[in-house]
Amino acid sequence: EALVLNDPDFQHEDLNFLSRSQRYEQAIRKSALMVMKLRQYGIADPEEIYWFKSFVHRGRPEPLDLHLGMFLPTLLTQATPEQQDRFFMPAWNLEIIGTYAQTEMGHGTHLRGLETTATYDPATQEFILNSPTVTSIKWWPGGLGKTSNHAIVLAQLYTQGQCKGLHAFIVPIRQLGTHEPLPGITVGDIGPKFGYDEMDNGYLKMDNFRIPRENMLMKYAQVEPDGTYVKPLSDKLTYGTMVFIRSLIVGDSARSLSRACTIAIRYSAVRHQSELKPGEPEPQILDYQTQQYKLFPLLATAYAFHFVGAYIKDTYRRISGDINEGDLSELPELHALTAGLKAFTSWTANAGIEECRMACGGHGYSRCSGIPDIYVTFTPSCTYEGENTVMMLQTARFLVKSYTQVSSGQEVTGMVSYLNDLPRQRIQPQHVAARSVRINEPLGLVEAYKARAARLVEAAAKNLQAELNLRKSKEDAWNRTSVDLVRASEAHCHYVIVKLFAAKLSEISNAAVRAVLTELCLLYALYGISKNTGDFLQAGILTDAQSTQVYQQVKELLAALRPNAVALADAFDFHDVHLGSVLGRYDGNVYENMFEWAKKSPLNQKEVHESFHKHLKPMQAKL
Amino acid sequence: GVNPDLASERQTASFSVEKLTAWLDGGAEHTRIRRAVVEAIQSDPIFSRENQYFQSQNERYEAAVRKAVHLQKKMHEMGWTENGPEYKYIYRALSGDVAFLLQRVFKRSISVLGSEKQIARWIPLATQYRIIGSYAQTELGHGTYLQGLETTAVFDVSTQEFILNTPTVSAMKWWPGDMGRSATHTVVFAQLYIRGKCYGVHPFIVQIRSLQDHSLCPGVTAGDIGPKMSFEHADNGYLRLQKVRVPRENMLNKFCEVQPDGTYVTRGSEKINYLPMTTVRISVISDEVIIPLMKACTIAIRYSVVRRQSKLKPGEQEAKILDYQTQQEKLLPQLAAAYAFHFINNYLQELLDRGYREIQRKNFEPLPELHAFSSGFKAMVTQYCTSAVEICLRACGGHGYSLLSGLPSLYTKILASCIYEGENTILFLQTARFLIKCFMAASAGQPIPPSVTYLAAVDPGKCPAKNKLDFLSPDIYTEAYRHTAVRLIGSVVAKLQDLIHSGVKKYDAWNQCTVQLVQAAKAHCHYISVVNFAETVEKLETKPDIQKIMKHLCDLFALHGIFSNAGAFLHDGYISGAQMDMATASYLDLLAVIRKDAVPLVDAFDFTDKTLNSALGSSDGQVYQRLYEWAQKSPTNTQISPSYEKYLKPLLHNTLSKL
Repeated sequence: EALVLNDPDFQHEDLNFLSRSQRYEQAIRKSALMVMKLRQYGIADPEEIYWFKSFVHRGRPEPLDLHLGMFLPTLLTQATPEQQDRFFMPAWNLEIIGTYAQTEMGHGTHLRGLETTATYDPATQEFILNSPTVTSIKWWPGGLGKTSNHAIVLAQLYTQGQCKGLHAFIVPIRQLGTHEPLPGITVGDIGPKFGYDEMDNGYLKMDNFRIPRENMLMKYAQVEPDGTYVKPLSDKLTYGTMVFIRSLIVGDSARSLSRACTIAIRYSAVRHQSELKPGEPEPQILDYQTQQYKLFPLLATAYAFHFVGAYIKDTYRRISGDINEGDLSELPELHALTAGLKAFTSWTANAGIEECRMACGGHGYSRCSGIPDIYVTFTPSCTYEGENTVMMLQTARFLVKSYTQVSSGQEVTGMVSYLNDLPRQRIQPQHVAARSVRINEPLGLVEAYKARAARLVEAAAKNLQAELNLRKSKEDAWNRTSVDLVRASEAHCHYVIVKLFAAKLSEISNAAVRAVLTELCLLYALYGISKNTGDFLQAGILTDAQSTQVYQQVKELLAALRPNAVALADAFDFHDVHLGSVLGRYDGNVYENMFEWAKKSPLNQKEVHESFHKHLKPMQAKL
Repeated sequence: GVNPDLASERQTASFSVEKLTAWLDGGAEHTRIRRAVVEAIQSDPIFSRENQYFQSQNERYEAAVRKAVHLQKKMHEMGWTENGPEYKYIYRALSGDVAFLLQRVFKRSISVLGSEKQIARWIPLATQYRIIGSYAQTELGHGTYLQGLETTAVFDVSTQEFILNTPTVSAMKWWPGDMGRSATHTVVFAQLYIRGKCYGVHPFIVQIRSLQDHSLCPGVTAGDIGPKMSFEHADNGYLRLQKVRVPRENMLNKFCEVQPDGTYVTRGSEKINYLPMTTVRISVISDEVIIPLMKACTIAIRYSVVRRQSKLKPGEQEAKILDYQTQQEKLLPQLAAAYAFHFINNYLQELLDRGYREIQRKNFEPLPELHAFSSGFKAMVTQYCTSAVEICLRACGGHGYSLLSGLPSLYTKILASCIYEGENTILFLQTARFLIKCFMAASAGQPIPPSVTYLAAVDPGKCPAKNKLDFLSPDIYTEAYRHTAVRLIGSVVAKLQDLIHSGVKKYDAWNQCTVQLVQAAKAHCHYISVVNFAETVEKLETKPDIQKIMKHLCDLFALHGIFSNAGAFLHDGYISGAQMDMATASYLDLLAVIRKDAVPLVDAFDFTDKTLNSALGSSDGQVYQRLYEWAQKSPTNTQISPSYEKYLKPLLHNTLSKL
């Protein structure tokens, strides 16, 4: 960290004042430098590279992300040894800069719908790549617009007149040396976006563009010189990468929300407004219950998501060992769980960042608060790597499958094992967890969430069955139940998070830390109940009186957490430079620094703006 | 031609789009005028917004100034006046992307707060743009709470002047529009001091820039506050005053005056000060909030019938994403809300007009009610619509994230509305204060304003619904909303009284109940919105086709609220668990019904493609073609970037290997 922060080469003007082209240029400059410095310092460990990169770019995307994050790893996992010889070292030395071109203008999460074709021509032993329609133009890949000279392109493979589905091809797109697009290639930047200003997300259109047979990534599936197609062994393996990337998004949800919380909480301690007691000075806005109610549950959520991210990463590490030994049994559950958790945490963090910004009032809206930037950088994660609603439905598919297994008398294991209790509860419906739920301790709340998840999974599964009895089409029935199914998935994810948070508490040895984290855990769980009381009341998990108590307890926890709020934000340990916020400064000198920041605004470059001479003065003269 | 996927949606409309448009506009004549204004403005290339997504802050500002200047010419040419029927449509046609918007606020504050003499002196200057005005209230450290402002205005008897001063950094004026670069004058709110005694916040007209060369006046420091999430075209500014002297006549003195000898005199009701705020809040709701939501719905719904993804049935074509229940559940409730709030806006406008007539007759009684309603609805509508626009944005997946979709700029603009003109939480609390007063008055058998008589009505105690169809009856759901609102208000009153009886100080008790108070105020606004929608539908009996589809939207709006706030309705058992399942079933059934009319319902908002300025939402549905062509015009593609020569080339040509 200090290595980067103290390096004058990485300093530059505040990005908020730069145009998109300038931001791209700065990012490219830093990326080029970064690669050189990494080599210079001999940093090679992926984790260290990740941290180095995140400090150089302060958590922002950069044009080489796809090269480092997708192009190189894909070569490593899907290229044959011969291909690695040809491409890997040049790519490692950045003579080749690559990207990963999957998404098309008309096609996203549903991969089978991609339209780009790669037709094998045995006469010349080449693949002919084509973008047959406007909707098939590759659209969005990072680094594609201006930076890359190669791309891994996903296309429908046609050989011997048959479509063999999606496969990956290494496609050169720009001339080495001049960087001009190759004949048959149309490539460019897709224009301005909400955020990601430093990234040249691009488009790519191919017209009868030919590449040698050896450019298809053939570690698994192969096309032989005569065009014979050789199938890959297992397709479950790709699950592994997806689980890994989604676990990164869960971690990113936690981090982005923590950054926003740090800014909002520190600023709320500095900002004074209005009066609580007549005659007294204006209080810190963090002393208002409504402000605490906005921010503290989010702080608790940020902590909860940290633990979830760590859990997925650990589980993934643990079972990747099994996968290498050919044991794929735990993969489906982890895959289903991470899909849902990716959606749940990114949705929640997305909304939470906005609440933090809103809690900073007008100044939150200024770019100097840093929160707008966190938001626009984070929000696409609700869409990429699997659109969230689709992810929730994947989890739901697994839940329904597990429910069906239980109904037919089989036991299920893992996080869904609570479904095993359902048949028993049906016999004695009065005994459903209820009445006895202890709302003042974490484990009691885990039980409550468990009961809610069980009820909503069951309700969704039953509604699905009812629809199936009414109509012939399975797909129609599924679609007509999908709102229920998403709710069931959400309840399941919520339960998992509360459970993981509660479990984490027992691992904390320091009593003071455990005490405050227990308060956060209770707040997270109780706040979730207060926002979803309907589910808990309807299922009889809580009584009316208990739901009033939940509210009361939430308010007591807000007051209890108030003295530790800034400390809990400080504990995330974000450096001021990384936070990029005037409002969230560690030293709290907000107003002086806002003034300094504003003076640098491009509109202030001249004392009298040129618009005065061009438009205002002539108008005043005329009227 | 029109994309067949979009064209087919228009063939199945259950009502006449043209008739619905006319009804929304308040008559076919209004529609005609609106279209004429929009056409006149949008056919003029100076007003074009095609490049706005590619422009820098400096370019946006310059374009906005240019448009504002050109607009004066245009209005003159077309014979439009500020009091004419065309005026309100100009802003819509420009989508607000124009400078000098504060000129109106500047003028209004002088006409409301100034004396006849002051009005005669300043208004003509502003109307002729001899001066450009701004309105400087908010400070760096102080917002909604006006008493906390720090800027001072000290009266100097010897020179008959006020000396205006910014004593601290946090006292700097911050945010006022048009102040960073354009304004020559501004209305400054400052604490008035006479002979060492503070008389509270008062308005002063202060000249900040020279009328000759636009340079800053002596003692004035002013500039732009830097980039924001949106409003790139506006030069929101800061202002620091160091012993700036203005003549005694520059204090706006309709209601209070400092006489030459320093005597302070007040006259008239101070409460009248609320009236401009109330009017502004209500005008914000329509222009800045409901219209952007209507645009977002138009873009998202049109795109959702053009975008196809995955298959619903094996062997068929990929399905339109609007055919997925989850997509319907995201978008259709937002569409229903856009209609609901359009009608609430009409309701508030009537309330305001009625109140205004009373006030002119010197009856100030309606003021508290007006104030409470404008506060609560400003907060509720801005909050609801902001999250609704965000839902539309996210429902468009990756392409929604492109600025060319038009959605990010709609979102970043609408979300500022949650803060300006009163921070929402504080506004809800103001409404809650009014409701509590009325509730206590009602319990004591005293008269209460007609809009809140529901607080005193008899309560059946249990919801009478027996099957899911019962939940399509407005009587059933409005009663459920009423019950919930009354319960929430009643329980917070009880809580407050308990706390006070147990010895807690009044202000502490208030702070301890604020979370619940906000809930109660929201429930009140939600209830009024539902009742108002149901009543609007009832009045439509002469237009059966429109009435039918509006009834569906009203049901959807109401049931969506119950579905999303189930806990509040289940809490005391007013709605049982079984009834909640019925309500949910009805709610989900409605989605499929409204789905068929979704595109005609957004077509009826009648936005031109230029107004939408969106590749995804254009009326011909040629989404992908437009996106591709527009992207190619991006400066990143048309201008040469030095990045390759400067950085990429050395990188690719392996100066690295030397390391």
